[in-house]
Amino acid sequence: MIEIKDVTKRYGETVVLDGVSLTIAPGGVTSVIGANDAGKSTLLSVVSRLVPADGGTVTVDGMDVATTPGDRLARRLAVLRQDNHLSVRLTVRELVAFGRFPHSGGRLTAADRDLVEEAIDHFELGDLADRHLDQPSGGQWQRAHVAMVLCQDTDYVLLDEPLNNLDMRHSAQMMRRLRRMADDYGKTVVMVVHDVNFASCHSDTIVAMKDGSVVAQGTTVEMMTPEVLNAVYDLDIDVHEIGGHRIGVYFS
Amino acid sequence: MTPSPPSPAPAPVSPASPATARTSPPAAPRGLSPAQTAARHRERRVLAVLALLAVAAVAGFCLIGLTGDWEYALGLRTRKIATMIVVGTAVACSSVLFQTVTGNRVLTPGVMGFDQLFVLIQTLIVFLFGALTLSSADPRLLFAGQVAAMVLFAGALYRLLFGRGGRDLYVLVLAGVVFGTLFGSLSSLASRLINPNDFVVLQDSLFAGFNQVDPDLLALSALLVAAAAVWTARLAPRLDVVALGRDHALNLGVHHARVVNRVLVVVAVLVSVSTALVGPVTFLGLLVASLARQLTGTFRHGTVLPAAALLAVTVLVGGQLVLERVFTMDTALSVIINFAGGVYFIALLIRESRR
Ligand SMILES: Nc1ncnc2c1ncn2[C@@H]1O[C@H](COP(=O)(O)OP(=O)(O)O)[C@@H](O)[C@H]1O
Ligand SMILES: [Mg+2]
Repeated sequence: MIEIKDVTKRYGETVVLDGVSLTIAPGGVTSVIGANDAGKSTLLSVVSRLVPADGGTVTVDGMDVATTPGDRLARRLAVLRQDNHLSVRLTVRELVAFGRFPHSGGRLTAADRDLVEEAIDHFELGDLADRHLDQPSGGQWQRAHVAMVLCQDTDYVLLDEPLNNLDMRHSAQMMRRLRRMADDYGKTVVMVVHDVNFASCHSDTIVAMKDGSVVAQGTTVEMMTPEVLNAVYDLDIDVHEIGGHRIGVYFS
Repeated sequence: MTPSPPSPAPAPVSPASPATARTSPPAAPRGLSPAQTAARHRERRVLAVLALLAVAAVAGFCLIGLTGDWEYALGLRTRKIATMIVVGTAVACSSVLFQTVTGNRVLTPGVMGFDQLFVLIQTLIVFLFGALTLSSADPRLLFAGQVAAMVLFAGALYRLLFGRGGRDLYVLVLAGVVFGTLFGSLSSLASRLINPNDFVVLQDSLFAGFNQVDPDLLALSALLVAAAAVWTARLAPRLDVVALGRDHALNLGVHHARVVNRVLVVVAVLVSVSTALVGPVTFLGLLVASLARQLTGTFRHGTVLPAAALLAVTVLVGGQLVLERVFTMDTALSVIINFAGGVYFIALLIRESRR
């Protein structure tokens, strides 16, 4: 269980997180939605101890993320940020294999390798796995980064806009993979999603943020209503039931 | 420990993905793929070739043209070679480590003016205490004082330049040039203000070159560099993670800030060693660090660090050999290294700007 209590974060005068309290139950897929600059990325970074909070506490299965040794946390929680710039030149396979570092240090075992190979196959990275990629396409790089984080094989997986740069096919594939992580392996997946319909179709719970606060939280059915979405996005959104999913329509 | 599920590995891959029959040999060493194993073999071959080159340069330097009182000459040459090995290793390691913690492949302590900072510290110490007091002091104690000051000020300079988030590469290059020049000017100003006798002493210690290095200082330096090398080798896997950047490093459970701070102390000590022994060699580090990565085709520290050190030794010893024995010139090596390194630096900058 992830428990966020009264977390605040300021940058200078700007309050980015304004006393956020939130509990994320173990298991299932939780999507965090909200307009640009709502504080979604900052919240994810605080939860994953990449950014220190100015106030409040975050615990993951009772471990305070601010004080728990990093290597211990790295075997329980994995995170991928929104922008991932690498200044070193390495192959996709090397990057994905880094996901095993918390478990094996620098020395991969045969079991580690099987995990790495499976992730590479799954994300269709096999063809370029051993090439040095100076300028890989955004989509390939994004898939490689997600593959790395999934190889970390942690109970909690936090992803900030995992669909960044992905085309439709790879987006759908990514979502199915995340779904399977939760359904078949009992992982807790928390992700920031830009597209509210992806959130609707693939998550169990939706958390909505606005101006540094959580403004609504509930099951997908509860959250995918014109009233809630209107309050979150300040935009008129029709919600239709299509193929068993609630789809928001806001293109007109 | 919570009952973590066996991991997604055994799960069948979704039917959509092509049935890529994995052609892995039954007993792959240490969980590496065939391509990775091949790459490791290549790296090892490159390292072997570089080691051979370094040994050849050292042997050539020792033996070519050895006549007359050969025992005496060999002793002289051995000390010179020891100096070059210590300096080469220090410069190579400090540059690779600096690039890792700053997350770029263009900047080195030399480019950022760190060695000029050490010269300034040396000059200021003479300026403040006078050469007479210093000449009666234990040179090793004096060196220890200089290194301590260097660790302190280099740390402050690093915070000033790299603290608080990412900065534009060109701003950093410019800052490095400005600081290097500033420290250089301050040193020459201070050296003009001190009395002429002191100046001679200072001059001697600043421009020792490879010839007249104090044996005590050399032994202490060798010890420091060896200790730094052992420490770095043990840290190599974590350095690989740090090279991915702060966020990845934290996610993978590496205490990023702690590693960076320790690496900076080691870098400051290594820069002190090389500068105290032979003065600033600004672009050598950049040259060998880049070349080492290119030749070995990896960024992993376990490979890049020894490769860079071997390259540095080869360049220094081989260059000195060619200059002294072939062209019978003296003390021009650093000029040539800085010229080649400077051209390479500009080429790197142009390439980065095209990205
Ligand atoms: N490192 C930072 N320094 C200053 N302001 C920041 C920093 N990171 C985020 N912010 C600000 O915090 C606000 C929330 O950002 P973010 O959490 O990235 O929002 P979201 O992910 O919801 O778009 C934005 O206004 C952004 O400008
Ligand atoms: Mg964001």
